[in-house]
Amino acid sequence: MKECVIKANELTKVYKLLAEEIYAVCDVNLEIAEGDFIAIMGPSGSGKTTLLDSLGCLTTITSGSLNILGKDVSQAKESILVSMRRESLGFVFQDFLLIPTLTAIENVQLPLLFARLPQQARLARGLLERVGLGKRINHLPKELSGGEKQRVAIARALINSPKILFADEPTGNLDTKNSEDIFGLLADLNKKENLTVILTTHNPKFGLRAARVIYLKDGRIVSREDSSLCF
Amino acid sequence: MKIISVAYKNLKRKKIRTALTVGGVAVAVAVLVSLFGFDAGYQNGLNKDIDKLGYHLLVTAKGCPYEAATLMLQGGGGLRYMDDAVYKRIIQDKRIDKITPQLVSSVYNQEGGPQNRGSFALYMGIEKSYIELKPWSKFKTGGWFSGPDADEAIMGYEAAELEQRLVDDEILIPGINEVLTVKGIFQRTGTQDDGIIFIPLAIAQRIFNLPGKLTGIGIKLKNIQQIGEFEESLYNEPGIQVVSLAQVRGTILNLVASARAMANSIALIAIFIAVIGVTNTILMSVFERTREIGVMKALGASALDIFKVIWTETVLICVFGGLFGVVLASGGSALVEKVIRHSLPYAPSGKLVLIKPEFLLVAFFATVAMGLIAGAYPALRASLMKPVEAIRAGE
Repeated sequence: MKECVIKANELTKVYKLLAEEIYAVCDVNLEIAEGDFIAIMGPSGSGKTTLLDSLGCLTTITSGSLNILGKDVSQAKESILVSMRRESLGFVFQDFLLIPTLTAIENVQLPLLFARLPQQARLARGLLERVGLGKRINHLPKELSGGEKQRVAIARALINSPKILFADEPTGNLDTKNSEDIFGLLADLNKKENLTVILTTHNPKFGLRAARVIYLKDGRIVSREDSSLCF
Repeated sequence: MKIISVAYKNLKRKKIRTALTVGGVAVAVAVLVSLFGFDAGYQNGLNKDIDKLGYHLLVTAKGCPYEAATLMLQGGGGLRYMDDAVYKRIIQDKRIDKITPQLVSSVYNQEGGPQNRGSFALYMGIEKSYIELKPWSKFKTGGWFSGPDADEAIMGYEAAELEQRLVDDEILIPGINEVLTVKGIFQRTGTQDDGIIFIPLAIAQRIFNLPGKLTGIGIKLKNIQQIGEFEESLYNEPGIQVVSLAQVRGTILNLVASARAMANSIALIAIFIAVIGVTNTILMSVFERTREIGVMKALGASALDIFKVIWTETVLICVFGGLFGVVLASGGSALVEKVIRHSLPYAPSGKLVLIKPEFLLVAFFATVAMGLIAGAYPALRASLMKPVEAIRAGE
């Protein structure tokens, strides 16, 4: 029996732009089980990233309810969201967003600093080896290729042993070869380590390879292809 | 890895900007330390100068108290004169321990050697009692005048150096055509006496054509507590004024107080500008790193963590600025002293800018405190950023 890690009910996120209210995500109902591999797809402006940010506790929702790993975070204080991000969630971004002044291994260790955990160089090195960068640990981001940067970002997202990994267009800035590699790496983590992976992508090829695909349009789920369920 | 190393590495990212900001802080600290040093050095030097006068009171002809203060400390010329009858009356007072009459005159040297041409030479007519009031004055070579009417001179250490004179040399008083024989040269005292040429009082009165005249009378009382009542007893004496050591000290300090207030204002402005500079630098850095701050928050950094990173950067700038500032102040004190000495009408002898360790410590910790204040706003601003908005900024 798979544990339900995310449960969203009528999840709505509204942005205010001057006097206008923009419904970036509207009435989304969603359940994601442990070990799921979800691809959120849809045209630009459909609300993919906003949904990912909401599920990833990077922002609060406007209405509805959201339960992550058994905690109701619908109207949670920032401190609760911080501890969720710190202890249970990992993030990978399209632009990698590594800290340019820190080496690869320091970037990977950074979340441990915020979690007040000992700086486990061996663990960080092991993760960099796991993503194929064992020999580049002391390189600065500017000395790495796009694919290598994204691998560092993945290692960084894994350092706090997250239950769920969120990846926003992780292959969006990569060439075909690197895109395949990164997607393969995420799929591998999902398969071998039962890590729940939720990613957004424009690439239908990757969407089709995910266990579940959620299609968004104008902030609403318009179709979903489920291959796993919460029990 | 610690927060301090994250902050330090970020400061290294824009080396020139960081260096300029650190430089601004360093200059502000150096100005502050120099001002503290000037304050202490000036008072210290003044106190020493006054103590080395050897007397408690100076009686001068009635006139400007500032002029009298200058006379007392520098032996300036162009003064009012009093009759030596005053001296003869005052000397009767039994409260007096020692008393010495003086006649000061300056002579412009149109000729002379390359070192002293175009300068003023200061002559002081004295009696043996002058040196009795200053037991620390020792002869480097030679000795006292052979008699009260001898055409002889005793040169202060610097006056002899300047004119390259030795004992038994002859000196010509320019414009007066009087020749005096150097009878002795004093050791260096570190006071204005070093630059004076002393001659017997009677000779001074004759060659400067001021018979029976004096510019001042130095008095040391048996009991210093009696200064007040002694001064009062001289109020009936016409045409004179009495200047006490305390008055001289107060007069000189009043003279420099306004300059000091101005300098303090400049120091405050320098510090304020440095604070604004630090705030501006860190704020720019925060804006440039908006996305990085967002990512740190996504990786689990709390508002306090971000605040600490940014605040640490500010404190580091101020610590480095403070350290460079104290080094600059210590190393540059000689230059500052030279500039101040050049610009002041009267500067006491000895070290004018006295850098004490406590000044360096106060300035250093004040700078760190300044850093804490300067960094608070940028740090707060960064800490309050929402992760999503920060990450998506500039996309």
